[in-house]
Amino acid sequence: MSSDPVTYVTDEMRAAQGRWGQSRTAPPITATDIRRWAMATYYPQQPPRIYWDSEYAATTQWGGIVAPPDFNPFAWPVERPRGGGTPGLSGRRPDGKPLTGMNGGQTDTYGVPMRPGDVIGARSRLVDWWEREGRLGHTLYVRNEIEWRNQDDELVRTRFSIGIRY
Amino acid sequence: MAIDFDSVDVGDKLPEWSRRTGFAEWNRYAAVNEEFVPFHMDDEAGRRAGNEEGAFGMGNLRYAYIVNALHDWIGDEGIVREVGCQYRAINQKNDVLTVVGEVTEKSCVDGENRLRLDINVVNQDGGATCPGHAVVVLP
Repeated sequence: MSSDPVTYVTDEMRAAQGRWGQSRTAPPITATDIRRWAMATYYPQQPPRIYWDSEYAATTQWGGIVAPPDFNPFAWPVERPRGGGTPGLSGRRPDGKPLTGMNGGQTDTYGVPMRPGDVIGARSRLVDWWEREGRLGHTLYVRNEIEWRNQDDELVRTRFSIGIRY
Repeated sequence: MAIDFDSVDVGDKLPEWSRRTGFAEWNRYAAVNEEFVPFHMDDEAGRRAGNEEGAFGMGNLRYAYIVNALHDWIGDEGIVREVGCQYRAINQKNDVLTVVGEVTEKSCVDGENRLRLDINVVNQDGGATCPGHAVVVLP
């Protein structure tokens, strides 16, 4: 009978730690993408004009429409790259049952805003991880760093996120 | 009404920003963020994921509510520079979520007038679901 401690950490994760993965590029941002995002997150209230009224937005410090900081230009890709997410993270427990994933939280630092026409590129790397026994059983916490830059190589956002697998 | 750096003091409160959340809000967010995860859409899937009450809301939507609360306070001449939070409790269907915050620090960094705030998203029972912090820049 095995007495090995339970772990969801794989050799592939250890090999990937600290290494930037392949970069990916989002489709160009449109004003409609921004308007819909703001309408969804402000629902049922009307969103601020900076997110949809170009005449008003031109009078602000931004000089035009900008996206809400939390806007995600990577939603709805036509082609989904293989191997996205945490490198080497297994989708299954050692007993073969599927792992459930949840979002544990994040810290985002924002640079320049995203605007209509911007093309955002992203790269990410696995920072570290830890495991513990929780309410949902054995649980793995994984910290990733994700960096976004625009077409002019300006820093848009740096995110440190915590992914939970149990 | 727009605020500026000189008009804010440590200890000032972020104006509360609330939403009742359920499928109307979650489905709209799923549509724009392409976040069609079964446990956000289906009660049985929510229970299978460990939540006895069924489907539950997205952490990312609570994050958006924090960003919105900050934006509505600082206006279009302010800048949201940083937001961080942890998702400590489930957003259940029909929860009334309120973003709350308090200014903890004023500083000038890299030529920016910055405020740091402690932030949370509390539910109708006063439960803190999402402790975190934010940094905003004001003129």
